[in-house]
Amino acid sequence: MNGLTFDIAHLLAGGLVLVSFMMLYQDRLFALINVFALHAIVLALSVAWQAYIQDAHHLYVTAAIALIFKAIVIPVGLHRIIQRLGIHRDIETAVGIGPTMLAGIGLVTLSMVLMLRVTPDADPLAREDLAFALSIILLGLLVMVTRRNAVSQVVGFMSLENGLVLAATGAKGMPLVVEISVAFSILIAFIVIGVFLFRIRERFDSVDVGALDDYRGEHR
Amino acid sequence: MTAFSLDAVAAILLIPVIAAALLAALPNYRLAAGLNVAASLLTLLAAMSLFVTDRPLPGQYLLVDDLNIVFIVLNAFVGFTTSVFSASYIAHELDTRRLTASNLRFYHAMYQIMMFGMNLAFVSNNIGLMWVAVELATLTTVLMVGIYRTHAALEAAWKYFILGSVGIALALFGTILVYMAAQPVVGEGTNAMVWTVLIAHAAHFDPALLNVAFVFLLLGYGTKVGLAPLHAWLPDAHAEGPTPISAVLSGLLLNVALYAVLRFKMLLAASPEAIATGPLMITMGLTSLVFAAFMLYRRRDIKRLFAYSSIEHMGIIVFAFGMGGPLANFAGLLHMVMHSLTKSAIFFTVGHIAQIKGTQNITEIRGLTETHPALGWALVIGVVAIAGLPPSGIFMSEFLVVSSTFARHPFLAMPLVFGILLAFGALLLRLTGVAFGEPRGSAAPAKASYIPMYSHLALVFAAGIYLPPPLVTWFQHVANLLG
Repeated sequence: MNGLTFDIAHLLAGGLVLVSFMMLYQDRLFALINVFALHAIVLALSVAWQAYIQDAHHLYVTAAIALIFKAIVIPVGLHRIIQRLGIHRDIETAVGIGPTMLAGIGLVTLSMVLMLRVTPDADPLAREDLAFALSIILLGLLVMVTRRNAVSQVVGFMSLENGLVLAATGAKGMPLVVEISVAFSILIAFIVIGVFLFRIRERFDSVDVGALDDYRGEHR
Repeated sequence: MTAFSLDAVAAILLIPVIAAALLAALPNYRLAAGLNVAASLLTLLAAMSLFVTDRPLPGQYLLVDDLNIVFIVLNAFVGFTTSVFSASYIAHELDTRRLTASNLRFYHAMYQIMMFGMNLAFVSNNIGLMWVAVELATLTTVLMVGIYRTHAALEAAWKYFILGSVGIALALFGTILVYMAAQPVVGEGTNAMVWTVLIAHAAHFDPALLNVAFVFLLLGYGTKVGLAPLHAWLPDAHAEGPTPISAVLSGLLLNVALYAVLRFKMLLAASPEAIATGPLMITMGLTSLVFAAFMLYRRRDIKRLFAYSSIEHMGIIVFAFGMGGPLANFAGLLHMVMHSLTKSAIFFTVGHIAQIKGTQNITEIRGLTETHPALGWALVIGVVAIAGLPPSGIFMSEFLVVSSTFARHPFLAMPLVFGILLAFGALLLRLTGVAFGEPRGSAAPAKASYIPMYSHLALVFAAGIYLPPPLVTWFQHVANLLG
């Protein structure tokens, strides 16, 4: 019993890291958003499984938020925005896909080495979750730095938040306050970003952050 | 008595919330500016009453102790003076049509929500709640930085938002790790996030986990403190937002993040086997100081210049707390208070100057002491104070930092003194042209509010000449707490 529950939790958390990798090589915005939706679904499953094995019912709420909000509402919204802005062309990646994947492998190795070394006494499940969560956070950061498009940076940021949710649910008995706050921050973040995207588009007809770069430091 | 002081804590949280709701509904901007000032004044009075009343016992969420009272009162005071400055500043922005009346409604409501977020971060006894509060304060300032909706303002807000969110995400991961370290000792549930419980049991936490947690927390909250190399958002956000926001960013928000770092530093200090946090903070502090000092030389935008000066001073403060010990901590606390007062006074002055001249470009602002003596001399006094010349309070705190460093680690004192002198040179170099050169640009009479800037500067110089003994004892006590 214990072996099986552990394996399933392990599988789901590992799946999340794999989906993070899938994000790294998407070169179309729609595809990237679909992969993000998949990311959120896997997260929801993983959180729900944690809720089941920890017998912590409040975690089902977190899972539901992940499923409804992150896997459905946000991707649909982003699809709309992209269509309205007419930017469903290729993503301009700042770094090539090959080096990005290699960097991703390096980051995952780093987080495994780091987290598994410092948590020898912790609960094995929490330990694995923490290592995977750090991998997802670092991969999310990598997505953010390798893309120049504002929408894909937002997606990178949200996948990073997914990693945080995984870590928070892996930590046994972490108070609900924190999970709700995470969900809330995503909500607020999304509104803020939505407002910004709208304004950026309003001004420049582009959500390419590179278009903003001509304002560099001191030039006036 | 206890019930009354609990009310004081409730007041510093509830007044801003109620005021924000009212301000969001109030269309008349004059009335709104007045209400903003009144609410800030009430918050200040409530904060001051914390000194005289008995403190509530620390609960699961809120805490008042000797450390955070200093931060709360400073926060409420600068919040109040900034609201006074803001009232005259925005009247001009409305006249020149840079902002509309509906922008201002939003601005005033956000101002009070930001004050709420900062006060909540200070009084929270729960590391999760503290994180939420810091996040809230960050988001409101992001929205205010972008309020002009110009090209540059949008980029500044976007950059601030992205870097701030990444920082705050790393801080949350650190917070989760602290919970993981505490959970086997304290047990599951809310208690493992309550700071007073954590510090009582910190000696038994897994040190390796705490170490990793602190690195994440330092990087995460350090982004918000503006430590190099995570400072990229800071100059843009200061330069492009409305000047009252630059003043509260430099004077207050950086302190909020610093306060969070200090709380976790105390936690690690209570665990004997965890790494010493000092060297990490010293390294980041010195890097920020020297880096920002060099950057000061090539600035052409006056608000950017003082934004880099904030990075420099946060570097000195983090360095001082990194050194630790009663004397360095005392100096760090004093420097933090003095920097908040001086830097916000400078931004009040710069805000009016930029409005009169219609530019923030340093080369186009000349000879202010001739055309606008009151503003020009306020800037001179402010820059003299921030550069650390005697008899300002900053001179005293910098002197304490340097002398305590010389006594303990002479080698560290060298880069410290080098950085301070470098920044000193840059600031005076810029000041001479701006204040004493041939007058250039508009000489229109200023409709400025002089009381906020001069009262701050008077406090800074008064502190440099004479610190009241009760204040010294209080700071010494807090310095001992910080370990």
